[in-house]
Amino acid sequence: MMTSMVMLILAAFLASAVEAVEAFTLVLAVGVTRGWRSTLIGAGTATLTLAAVIAAFGPALSLMPIDALRVMVGTLLLIFGLQWLRKAILRAGGYKALRDEDAYYLAERAAARAAGLTRRAGMDWYAFTLAFKGVFLEGLEVAFIVLTFGTSQGSLPLAVLGAGIALVLVVIVGVLVHEPLRRVPENTMKFAVGVMLATFGLFWSVEGTGIAWPGADGALLGILVVLTLVSLGLVAVLRWRHARHALHTASTAGMGA
Amino acid sequence: MTSVKNFLRFWYDFIVGDDWIVAAGVVVALAVSAALARRVLHAWWVMLVAVVVLLAASLWRETRRS
Repeated sequence: MMTSMVMLILAAFLASAVEAVEAFTLVLAVGVTRGWRSTLIGAGTATLTLAAVIAAFGPALSLMPIDALRVMVGTLLLIFGLQWLRKAILRAGGYKALRDEDAYYLAERAAARAAGLTRRAGMDWYAFTLAFKGVFLEGLEVAFIVLTFGTSQGSLPLAVLGAGIALVLVVIVGVLVHEPLRRVPENTMKFAVGVMLATFGLFWSVEGTGIAWPGADGALLGILVVLTLVSLGLVAVLRWRHARHALHTASTAGMGA
Repeated sequence: MTSVKNFLRFWYDFIVGDDWIVAAGVVVALAVSAALARRVLHAWWVMLVAVVVLLAASLWRETRRS
């Protein structure tokens, strides 16, 4: 039980942190370029909307029978987690570009500067919309994880706590450094979140069908170890294939020259 | 109609993402696990093996495309 609680908080914390870093870059770019008032109102409105989504759906999901909830939520979480893990492995293996916070920041600033000023009722609606959309879309993934993890584990407040701590930390660090948080190892965090989402999703979906895991909740740790080792192995294979492909391309180009 | 389509498209991209075969494979594997559970006592390994195979196969397809 303790293991699953720690993993629950950690997963919510990491997922929230990585999405908050991405949302922070956008809010910073819009705020610095277009002014802070409308940008912060947009970001704040999005955060409140996400909190309302969690507050509305959390109790509703908790009313479902636990086995049906675990099959439904576990399957969604597993599919969602494999998507995160797949992208993180492709990035780590060199087949997908890593997210560059500086480049993203500069691109968003250029777009915000190029857009015309539409001020009505004392608000810059371009800045509001951009900040709202950015925070809402990044936050929706966190809300999904918090809702599914929290309700299936019967600990929605713990999941909210993990996500909330990460959000506050990112905002504090972001305000202090006042630049994109480029040193955060985003892909490593996404890899960890992907493994944890897939682990919980796999555990709950199987358990929901009435199949018992050996060691009950202790099986979570076993699944986590297996999926981590398999994923690291896949990263190693992809890196090797990518390097071999690059070498082959270089030697072919050399022969052609 | 377009807004409904966009709404469904958004949730499809949000949950399923780039490779629908992984999502379909997970659902099929879960159905097989549930069916096996009636006959075999320890059917938990079916999903574990399925997830590893689906992930590896999805990456293999993606890297061959690149």
